[in-house]
Amino acid sequence: MEAITKKIDKINFGLISPNKIKKIATVNIVSPELYDADGYPVERGLMDLGMGVIDPGLRCKTCGARLRTCPGHFGYIQLARPIVHILYIKKVYDLLRSFCGACGRILLMQDKIEKWTEKIRKLRREGNFDEIRNLTKSLISNIRKKRKCPHCNAKALKIRLDKPTTFRAGGKRLWPTEVRERLEKIPDTDLEILGYDTASIRPEWMVLTLLLVPPITMRPSITLVTGERSEDDLTHKLSDVVRVNQRLVENINAGAPEIIIEDLWDLLQYHVTTLMNNSISQVPPARHKTNRPLKTLAQRLKGKEGRFRYNLAGKRVNFCARSVISPDPLISIDEVGVPYRIARELTIPEKVTEWNVKWLKECIKNGDIWPGATYVITEDNKRKKITEETKEQILDELAPGWIVERHLLNDDIILFNRQPSLHRLSLMGHRVRLLPSKTFRINPAVVTPYNADFDGDEMNLHLPQTEEARSEAKNIMRLDKQIITPRYGLSIIGEIEDPVVGLYILTRGNTYLTKEDAYNLLLSAGTDAELPKAERTREGVDYWNGRQIFSMLFPDDFNFKNEEIKIENGELVDGTIMEELIGPEGGVIIHHIYKKYGSEKTKEFINAMNRVGLEFIKHFPYTFSFSDLDLSEKTQNKIKEIIKNGRKEVGKILKKYRKGKITPLPGKTIEETVEALILNALNKLRTPVGKLINKEKAQEDNNLMLMIKGGFAKLLNLALMSGFAGQQTIQGERIHKGYTGRTTSHFKKASLGARAHGFIAHGFVEGMDPVETFFNAVAGRNNLMDTAMRTPKSGYMQRRLINALQDLKVSYDGTVRDAGQRIVQFSFGGDNIDVSKSDHGDIEVKKQ
Amino acid sequence: MKTNWLKEKLPAKVKSEIQKVAKNEKLSKKEKTKLIKQIKEDYKKMQITPGEAIGIVAAQSIGEPGTQMTMRTFHFVGVAEMSVTAGLPRIIEILDARKKPKTPTMWVYLNSPHNKSIDSAQKIANKIKEVTLGELSKEITIDLSGFKIQAWLDSDSLKAHSVSTKDIAKILRKRMRSVDVDNTPTKIIISPKTEDIKKLYKLKEKARDTPVAGVKGVTNVLPLWRDNEYAIQTFGSNLKSVFKVDEVDETRTISNDIHEVAKILGIEAARQTIINETMKVLDEQGMPVDERHILLVADIMCNTGKLQGITRHGITSRKTSVLARASFEIPLRHLISASIIGETDKLTSVVENIMVNQPIPVGTGLPDLVVKMKGEAKARKKLNKKTKKKK
Repeated sequence: MEAITKKIDKINFGLISPNKIKKIATVNIVSPELYDADGYPVERGLMDLGMGVIDPGLRCKTCGARLRTCPGHFGYIQLARPIVHILYIKKVYDLLRSFCGACGRILLMQDKIEKWTEKIRKLRREGNFDEIRNLTKSLISNIRKKRKCPHCNAKALKIRLDKPTTFRAGGKRLWPTEVRERLEKIPDTDLEILGYDTASIRPEWMVLTLLLVPPITMRPSITLVTGERSEDDLTHKLSDVVRVNQRLVENINAGAPEIIIEDLWDLLQYHVTTLMNNSISQVPPARHKTNRPLKTLAQRLKGKEGRFRYNLAGKRVNFCARSVISPDPLISIDEVGVPYRIARELTIPEKVTEWNVKWLKECIKNGDIWPGATYVITEDNKRKKITEETKEQILDELAPGWIVERHLLNDDIILFNRQPSLHRLSLMGHRVRLLPSKTFRINPAVVTPYNADFDGDEMNLHLPQTEEARSEAKNIMRLDKQIITPRYGLSIIGEIEDPVVGLYILTRGNTYLTKEDAYNLLLSAGTDAELPKAERTREGVDYWNGRQIFSMLFPDDFNFKNEEIKIENGELVDGTIMEELIGPEGGVIIHHIYKKYGSEKTKEFINAMNRVGLEFIKHFPYTFSFSDLDLSEKTQNKIKEIIKNGRKEVGKILKKYRKGKITPLPGKTIEETVEALILNALNKLRTPVGKLINKEKAQEDNNLMLMIKGGFAKLLNLALMSGFAGQQTIQGERIHKGYTGRTTSHFKKASLGARAHGFIAHGFVEGMDPVETFFNAVAGRNNLMDTAMRTPKSGYMQRRLINALQDLKVSYDGTVRDAGQRIVQFSFGGDNIDVSKSDHGDIEVKKQ
Repeated sequence: MKTNWLKEKLPAKVKSEIQKVAKNEKLSKKEKTKLIKQIKEDYKKMQITPGEAIGIVAAQSIGEPGTQMTMRTFHFVGVAEMSVTAGLPRIIEILDARKKPKTPTMWVYLNSPHNKSIDSAQKIANKIKEVTLGELSKEITIDLSGFKIQAWLDSDSLKAHSVSTKDIAKILRKRMRSVDVDNTPTKIIISPKTEDIKKLYKLKEKARDTPVAGVKGVTNVLPLWRDNEYAIQTFGSNLKSVFKVDEVDETRTISNDIHEVAKILGIEAARQTIINETMKVLDEQGMPVDERHILLVADIMCNTGKLQGITRHGITSRKTSVLARASFEIPLRHLISASIIGETDKLTSVVENIMVNQPIPVGTGLPDLVVKMKGEAKARKKLNKKTKKKK
């Protein structure tokens, strides 16, 4: 990769003048025919070879270059009569109304002219184009109301624009020729006031006399399988323009009656208009033979699939791979398992030096076989493919200064990405770990930032090709540097599933291990440290507490304390490891390790936990069975009682309602109040159930508790399964849809009871009855719909946010500025703290 | 690098926290200085790096949890609070800086002693609530013989809303055109100036629905216990009029209508409202997002002194770069207007540089290499002289 030596400094926007068109154009197009009988491009036709080549073997008539090297050249059409440029029609309209038709001066008093000129000039010097636009907009709307020219006293006729392109002055039609004459009369000094860049543009250029024809390279024709040529939409449109233009020329020359000429003139206007933009209201879009609207110039730029968003702002890259992901808990969290097949395809350019020449020669010798190489680039920038035939010669010639494109190797740094890329953690640097089989492997601990699962998700892999890019990937983007999310300043990576449960059981305090088991665990974590003194000896055998073993993963001087856990000098003194301490999105222990020991140590700590947890659960497995969800009769009765009470309360409310004793809540009708009261009464029921279950299960040290501490389930989930599913809601209300006056035919009309509107009195374990199942499905479907509608909405919101904020950055002076160097904040967030370096967005004040 | 902003000035919040810790743990002076030193060290480490693309980080931090938010509006039926737009729709509403929020509400705080009991709060709530003539009347009748409408007022309601017949008549005169309004202590008489039976019926309907008391736009009120006092939550927002009510504490009363806040209380208040409202939604949804990100969004929305939404008409339209604007929405219009003014795109922001395949001026793309050349000083002097001469 070469260094960038030239840089585009700025881009100017302006209007092109007829003179300039003549200057840059190479062909004056007069023939609407494209090819002659032999299939050769017609001279001075739209496919004239002077406008670029798209066929292999031909040479450009203008520059002599061949296909791909010739950039293409413009042509032009000499329009028989001027045509108004449709995209500038509003501007022309503004000008016609702001300037005197007779003398061409602006409809503004002299003193005001001077004042405004001053103002606009100042803004122009400052480069404040936005303000110019705003000012001139209001100025124009003021001026155009004037009825008399203050300079020549001529009466200003009312100008109207009959959409799309016809101007009328006081009812009489202004032909483009007349429009152009008016515009020509406008003096530069007056024009300046309306913000026009008088140094480089003239208003009459907005009425075309010459039409610039895009190069052929911009509108290539395709040769179909049948040998037939299919032309680009632009070529079709252009040939319409040429055809009508030629007819107009002929008619004018033949002295045809004015009406015929005017008709043709309008037709030409139509064709030029649709050439520019084919989706203008009131203009029927030009269509292809197949009745498909043509894609002309404006359509090429617009929208998501247009030039801007598809080609310019969106880049496509080489050196990437995509495959299904699958979990591998035994690789490091900052690794990614890459199939050999991909490694043989993707390469990294390696500069040959004295020190690596031996190794690279080995790669070249291997060729296609991993670890090999695919191409070499010689010192004079020639690319040579490594094949069996060329191998020998390349090996002979290889010298420092050459570049070898070698296969992907272990420990290379790559970028790994999962779409949708909603935040910066969706693209992180990983180290390569080559593995057999065909999927990418990632450690399940890192699915959270990517929001990935393994039900068929695919992910992308990119190879940085320059030293700079690699360095950035390694030092900034690498996964372990991203453990603390910038969203709220806590760790986003953490243990999930089996390791959490394993560690929970291990550190429960009553788990004792023999020497062999203990060392096994430690070895799996990658430490060969000595075990401390055993906590307990029974019948001459030493036993180590699980906590002792887990403590060995901590650095020796690590201290941490909160309600659940106490760690002193790297020793887990009290408390059990559980999901909220080491899990993703806020595992406090991980955060504290990161803060004190940095990314590398944190990574190792997570890896160690991961392996210990897994190893442990492998040998001391736990099972969860259906019967774990059973509740004691006592609790069951209590739950039944709760449901009964709930029903009773609903009954009470309804009784009161029937007696007319309900006082409506402010702003609600009586019916609405009843509804609200019932819903409230039923919603309240779920909370005590969770508590009841928690109470029973916590005593038992049951598998259910294990699920909660291990992050598999929440108390609510247990309540739904063992208890009852409760009130089903649609948008926060009970279910009311269905037949007239009732939800299903199981109920009486106008019934307001709990069951009739989606209250489910059974849990998932017990099983629901048909009506309840139906209501559950209703609520489920509603939820699904909600999700489906939310995704695009939030996507658009994020696109707008990014677009609005993308160029805000912290400057060297600590202020937050936008691209125009305007200050937005004097310091980021008032204190200049980088959230991803903070303690949950703050500085933790604590005595050490 | 030595820059001023690094000069170890701790944020006020941290300072007070240090004091608190020192007091709680009874630190000696020496320990305290040690603590301060350590905190300063921490603070230094947390400083943000120049060039950090903080805008994108903020946008992502707000956008990313958006997919997980619920759409529905919350009904706090339990506390009998009114339903207010929440979740993603509310966030979008705030960021768009919509002119009218879907559910405008106010929290009206009261001066002591009115905030002490529910009764006094309810009394003021009634006063604030917009009431129509129909709600205050026992009956509205049409007197065909006298060709007039009579509203028989309910004295209890009058008391509850603390208005007199006189007041009502006054307001009616203002709000209804081409009628004569008269009042006795118990009724209001409205007589149209033109005699038309059909219109008389219509007039009755109109009179019934005409608000005659309370604050305009406040359709519902609810006194609630909030932070050790009673405050009134309202549905419908009208700060200006509510401030005129004597019992209202105008220093604390707030609205969720950003535009109204900007108009009545100024742009700074609007900025704070954006922050508060956004944080509230995110908290309700249980989405942890650091306040700094929202501060940035609020700041850019209020930066010019006028509220601007994150839309194509708002922030995006005042970008300096033509290409950046064109790449967002409606490219043609931007290109055309740029060509006429003869605008220059200096390629100072992100998208333009991506378009032309150049490094972007944020993050690691920001620093330039500065090389001191031999004889540079001399050459510069020469150049300076030249330019001076020209002037």
